[in-house]
Amino acid sequence: MAFDLSTNVLIVDDYKTMLRIIRNLLKQLNIENVDEATDGGTALMKLRERTYGLVISDWNMEPMTGLQLLKEVRADNKLKQIPFIMITAESKTENVVAAKEAGVTNYIVKPFNAATLKQKLTAIWGDF
Amino acid sequence: MTNMSKEAALKRTLETIDTSQTNASTADIAAVVEAVMKSLSGDVSVAEFKLYHELQKLADYIQSAKREIAAIRPDEIRATHIPMATDELDAVVGATADATGVILDAAEHLETIAGKLSAEPAEEVRNLSTKIFEACNFQDVTGQRITKVVRALKHIEEKIDALLSAFGEGVKAPAEPAPAPGPVPGDDSSLLHGPSMPSEANKQDDIDAIFANLK
Repeated sequence: MAFDLSTNVLIVDDYKTMLRIIRNLLKQLNIENVDEATDGGTALMKLRERTYGLVISDWNMEPMTGLQLLKEVRADNKLKQIPFIMITAESKTENVVAAKEAGVTNYIVKPFNAATLKQKLTAIWGDF
Repeated sequence: MTNMSKEAALKRTLETIDTSQTNASTADIAAVVEAVMKSLSGDVSVAEFKLYHELQKLADYIQSAKREIAAIRPDEIRATHIPMATDELDAVVGATADATGVILDAAEHLETIAGKLSAEPAEEVRNLSTKIFEACNFQDVTGQRITKVVRALKHIEEKIDALLSAFGEGVKAPAEPAPAPGPVPGDDSSLLHGPSMPSEANKQDDIDAIFANLK
């Protein structure tokens, strides 16, 4: 899947600092059409209002978690094809397994670095 | 002799003593006491006596535990120490979030400066700002760890509530007041409070004013 740099990316995290960090790291990769949500419910609403080419989401959020958001996305015919990357401090095997079973595209554990983020994006889109 | 006939014989002896109009002899009294003792031993078996004894020891143990728990002052832990620890941790999260915000401001400014530089130094500055962005991840992770600690403190608080509820009012009042530490010459440890909560801390202007008023 080739990547168009004008693609809209939705980042979801309840820590505004994390949103800021991810936005800056994406900007360094020339990905600038970035939208934000601070919980799963708001993210789902945005996904249904606008077209996005990627979701990068935290897991541990309230009231809707990142895993619940992922399941909602995969259950929605209009959204289920969107690549979904989980970025989370939940690093137990059972978490990774649950996310994979729910259809996550890739999984990044916090704290993470720019190289890891780029590697996961390249795994989805190829070199960009 | 059955219990019924023993009781009847004892009753007759007592009536005889009562109607004899004379002082009861020592032998008569001893006979009555013996009869009463025999009656008691018939009512309380050895096993029951042991059970009573164990129950008494258990009651003593519970009373002792209550005194020891009261000395720990669980109500004070619940009312003062745990809320204070929670507030301190919240302050840590707030302070690191603020500091991270300032660091990110600086890193974003570096990115802007990089845009004005030639290719090589610009790349160098961008690499440095990337490292700063990466390092700022810590704020989220430490925040989550502290949230876990706060959750553990709340769990302890619930257990103390259950303890206070199970033992009743007896453990709320300390058995004896905790000794107030007396001043020790040359020991300034009582002055070591650590950082104050932001709402309680003196600002530099306050300190300057206090300092100026001291002679």
